[in-house]
Amino acid sequence: MTQAESGTILVVGDPISAELARTLDLCGRTWHGMCFNDDPSGVEPTDGWVGAIIDLSNDPESGWSVARGLRRSDRDPVRTLILVSGGQLAELSHRDDLFDDFCLTPFHPSEIEARLNHLLATAGPIATRSEVVLYENLALNLETYQASVSDRPLDLTYMEYELLKFLVQNPGKVFSREMLLSRVWGYDYYGGARTVDVHVRRLRAKLGEEHADLIQTVRSVGYRFGHLRWRA
Amino acid sequence: MREQQCDYVLKTASERGVRMVRLWFTDVLGNLKSFAISQNELENALNDGMTFDGSSIDGFSRIQESDVLAIPDPDTFQILPLGDKGAAEARVFCDIHHLDGTPFTGDPRQVLRRHVEAARNEGLTFYVAPDIEFFYFNTPQTGERPIPLDNGGYFDLTTRDVTGDLRKQTIRTLEQIGIPVEYSFHEDSPSQQEIDLRHDDALTMADSVMTFRLIVREVAAAHGVYATFMPKPLEGVQGSGMHTHLSLFTGDDNAFYDEDDAYNLSPLAKSFMAGLLHHAAEITAITNPTVNSYKRLVPGFEAPVHLSWARNNRSGLIRVPIAKRGNPLATRLEYRSPDPSCNPYLAFSLMLAAGLKGVREGYELPVEADANLFELDDNALTKLGIGQLPQSLAEALRAMEQSELVREALGEHIFEWFLRNKRREWMDYKTHVSQFEIDRYLGTL
Repeated sequence: MTQAESGTILVVGDPISAELARTLDLCGRTWHGMCFNDDPSGVEPTDGWVGAIIDLSNDPESGWSVARGLRRSDRDPVRTLILVSGGQLAELSHRDDLFDDFCLTPFHPSEIEARLNHLLATAGPIATRSEVVLYENLALNLETYQASVSDRPLDLTYMEYELLKFLVQNPGKVFSREMLLSRVWGYDYYGGARTVDVHVRRLRAKLGEEHADLIQTVRSVGYRFGHLRWRA
Repeated sequence: MREQQCDYVLKTASERGVRMVRLWFTDVLGNLKSFAISQNELENALNDGMTFDGSSIDGFSRIQESDVLAIPDPDTFQILPLGDKGAAEARVFCDIHHLDGTPFTGDPRQVLRRHVEAARNEGLTFYVAPDIEFFYFNTPQTGERPIPLDNGGYFDLTTRDVTGDLRKQTIRTLEQIGIPVEYSFHEDSPSQQEIDLRHDDALTMADSVMTFRLIVREVAAAHGVYATFMPKPLEGVQGSGMHTHLSLFTGDDNAFYDEDDAYNLSPLAKSFMAGLLHHAAEITAITNPTVNSYKRLVPGFEAPVHLSWARNNRSGLIRVPIAKRGNPLATRLEYRSPDPSCNPYLAFSLMLAAGLKGVREGYELPVEADANLFELDDNALTKLGIGQLPQSLAEALRAMEQSELVREALGEHIFEWFLRNKRREWMDYKTHVSQFEIDRYLGTL
């Protein structure tokens, strides 16, 4: 048996449905169940989790926060399967970096099994996206967290960096403040959309006058990163 | 979240070759304090904090409990454009804790954090935008009067504008480290400048004010002049204030705005304003903490004297600026008495506490005072029911001493220490025989 077949899968849900538990047992998987509030690091096997299943259907906010924890940069990302209900599909948009596959609930047991087999069979580390993201003369190194514009390093705080990263990876799209708040900050932030405005203004200040217009305000909608094509 | 932030800080420090990390905190009087650690120590500091002897910091611990713990706030990690090329320096603000991990009661940043979090638990976010005034002077010899660099006035664009260049460079540096500037201009008095910062949440803004004062002084020093936030450095011209724009948000909505009100002010805004007016005298020792502060708060120099509010009248204590294009998000109050010598953490804490007290207890807002109050005599003012701000540090301390609101808001430790320290300052001043007295009395009496 390979490690992918025998290793332990982290299963997170609140609660973990009996249906899911039965499915995993029937396909012979070793798994460890956890609630959202538990800390996975204490119970993690020494050779790491072989994969993770996060059931978002009852509490997407806590679910994404667990998913984010599993993608911390100082460890190998854990292959993650997300369970969502049909009404929650919008939750998935612009969170591609947090999961590898998803399955709708209520699910068919054989679909879970098939998706899990496929997910865990893919050999080697997860193909990560290119480490350097470029837009005109703005560069972001996702590995080292460094950003520069016209070869001048930008000294960003963590949240400024995360916001810029999200925007640079999605040029040309208009995002509402609420969308930016939930995708960049996660839900565990109280400040409301005003927080986004404050950070955008700080980012523009750091980009400097000549590059401040990289982040455009779209009146009464939100923000868009990048220059429109016909202006370039 | 904190784990990710710390990871980001450590990687950035190593990528950017940061040699020194400055751990910043603020004493009770509002002085920036700093100690430096090398990059190797950073991880340790982020995880466990750094112990230091607090007994030599103004307003910190007593000798018998002298050791305290500085725990860096990774969200404030910022590389500074001040160090030598190739040896970058960074700063990070710290929260001070007792060795057992509980918040240290003498730490002003913890006081503001407590107030901001209490408001947040009621669903309110407190936003602040200060307009900070200061003077540039040529470095005088000891005992000399300060010498302005120019004789410009309000909005003046002088040729070979030295102070304009200084201001420009200051703003560039501020923006580079993420302190956005809204307006800047030459103020009324010779060599006086004003820089208006963009609103931010109160804790971030208090950090920014501390950074701002350092950057302004550093840029001036690099040009062989000096900058001062002394409230009234020159007699006969305007002093330096720190008018502070305040607003409260519930989620995405401005809790001060009400479309249907004649003033576009919500009931919450009105009782908040009533709270500020009612408790203004009690919090003045904190917003205007020096003997010199009260030489600014006199009639005739656009500084407030009376406990009043109005929309477009700059002689009152609180102004309700008319929002551009009736923008609901821009509805705010401008509290005009503070000066830039204050401790911003404590000043913002008390403005919030006074306002929220008005909200919780449903204070009634007095009528708007739209006449120019400087032109009214005391009788007329009494008839209008308009009182005055404290006229001296001694008066302000007396009002503070009797204030349950201030005692509770600052905590026993800071409350007692501040009063003791400032009473000593007042005694030193009271026993000083000034040039004024020599000139006036020596020959004639």
